[in-house]
Amino acid sequence: MSFIEIKQISKTFKVAKKKSGLKESIKSFFKRDFIEVKAVDDISFSIEEGEIVGYIGPNGAGKSTTIKILSGILIPDSGECQIDGMTPWKDRVRYVKKIGVVFGQRSQLWWDIPAEDTFDLLKDIYEIPEEEYQATKEDLINKLDLHDIINIPVRQLSLGQRMRCEIAASLLHNPKILFLDEPTIGLDAVSKQVVRDFIKKLNKEKKTTVILTSHDMADITALAKRIILIGKGHVLYDGSLKKLQIKYETEKYVSIKTKDKLTIRKKGIKNKIKTKNGYDLVINANEISISELLNVISKKITIEDIEIDHENIDSIIVKLYKDYKI
Amino acid sequence: MKAYITYFKLKFISSLQYRSAAWAGIATQFFFGFVYVMVYVAFYESGGKNLPMELSQIITYLWLNQSLLALVNQFSKDQELFKIIRDGGVSYELARPKNLYFMWYFKILGQRLANVTLRFFPLIIITTILPYPFHLGGPASLLHFLSFLLSLILGTLLVVALSVFYPIITLITMNEKGIVNLLMTIASVLSGVSIPIPFFPKFLQIISSFLPFQYISDLPFRLYVGNISLTDGVFGMCIQFIWIVIFIILGNIIMRINIKKIVVQGG
Repeated sequence: MSFIEIKQISKTFKVAKKKSGLKESIKSFFKRDFIEVKAVDDISFSIEEGEIVGYIGPNGAGKSTTIKILSGILIPDSGECQIDGMTPWKDRVRYVKKIGVVFGQRSQLWWDIPAEDTFDLLKDIYEIPEEEYQATKEDLINKLDLHDIINIPVRQLSLGQRMRCEIAASLLHNPKILFLDEPTIGLDAVSKQVVRDFIKKLNKEKKTTVILTSHDMADITALAKRIILIGKGHVLYDGSLKKLQIKYETEKYVSIKTKDKLTIRKKGIKNKIKTKNGYDLVINANEISISELLNVISKKITIEDIEIDHENIDSIIVKLYKDYKI
Repeated sequence: MKAYITYFKLKFISSLQYRSAAWAGIATQFFFGFVYVMVYVAFYESGGKNLPMELSQIITYLWLNQSLLALVNQFSKDQELFKIIRDGGVSYELARPKNLYFMWYFKILGQRLANVTLRFFPLIIITTILPYPFHLGGPASLLHFLSFLLSLILGTLLVVALSVFYPIITLITMNEKGIVNLLMTIASVLSGVSIPIPFFPKFLQIISSFLPFQYISDLPFRLYVGNISLTDGVFGMCIQFIWIVIFIILGNIIMRINIKKIVVQGG
């Protein structure tokens, strides 16, 4: 049995359907149609203690819904979930003592008062013993460099400063698991780096299990060895980031601008799509090199322009999304 | 328990920061109080018969109402709670190892106590030194005063128990403007805040006595001015207590049901 074990979790939301326009609005005032949206559909995976897992997927894929189910906030329609021997939504109060959550787009700090006051409140909420609290707080202040900002009302902090305080607030009770839902959203490069380094250190020193969602692939590459890709509510890929990179880096996208008609059949060319101005080719770089390809093509047609997609993790993800049609 | 008290304390501290809102509140309450007082003075001087309260009683009632409005009114909403429900910040509240109902209960209590602390003293002082017959009078007796204090405390606990229902309902409706506003208006009218209960028609008085709203502020204020006997006061306080218990139990049940159905807004 793994530390975190999730089996066939599904969650459906009812969404009111409403067409635009006055007439439709009036109609829907009397009779509302609902459509069911499957936010999460039959998701299963398991995570070991001390792992950092990057949970990725496009907007609306079901990432946040999963995080909310795992943190006991939402109750799934069906499926099982055992985390550290507990079911989040059944043992909610006992369970949430063991976890920390950071929602990058929300705030848990009280707006009008300094972050330290919120920390004191959290100490009472989590019933942290005084000595342990002081030690943890001191440690977090040092590591996240909060000395100068902890006594300023939160409304006067910059986003980066606030996010550092938010992360500290989520860790005061030394949780075994940390859920980070887009923790670097809107942060500048330096703040992002601080957050990443901190999470890395935390995982190393305290063996905290971290589940992280982000749209910034740099976060994922810096932190997670393993990624889970989710799209339209399904798990599409679960494995190491390295493997994915190797698999996708062999593929290159070549866009050719031409007015001529191209007929080509050669080993290594995996796909050919006619576009408005020419063709998009997908080639396997192991089987056919770019120069070889150009050699063949330039003999057949006039190339007006050519574009070769360079590989970086973001474009791998874009391809991945394309491949899975999400 | 300690956590709830700290919750209350923080809410108190952060509400105390809005001093200009408090000054505006004082001015508004003084103005409205004065309008109400003038209306009743005119009404009494035009020779109304069989009036249920003496003029000095009703004026004291009105000033108490205005001075303590921030504590006992039934139309103020804890904007912060509605905001976190609308924008999804409620996620954090649900990720805490505490009973959400009582977290919200103490938040609202803290807010109300903070608001009234800032407004109460200036209003009491100003209205006490007003010339006869426009002034706030003293309590009917020491015992009346003590029972006023006790029933005011119970009334506060009751109005908070009532106010917690609004965010709980909003967890499902997602917007507090529909059913919640409707409920608030009904509660407000039946509480005696606009017209004291003794001035209600007989049938409405009977209906109202079976509802919780008049036990929030009408009972303590009438005890203070001596419009209710001490025995009736004790009886009223028992009813207050029963309503508090009913509301807290009911609130917890509805909260538990609604948490299961909750949809967190926005990503």
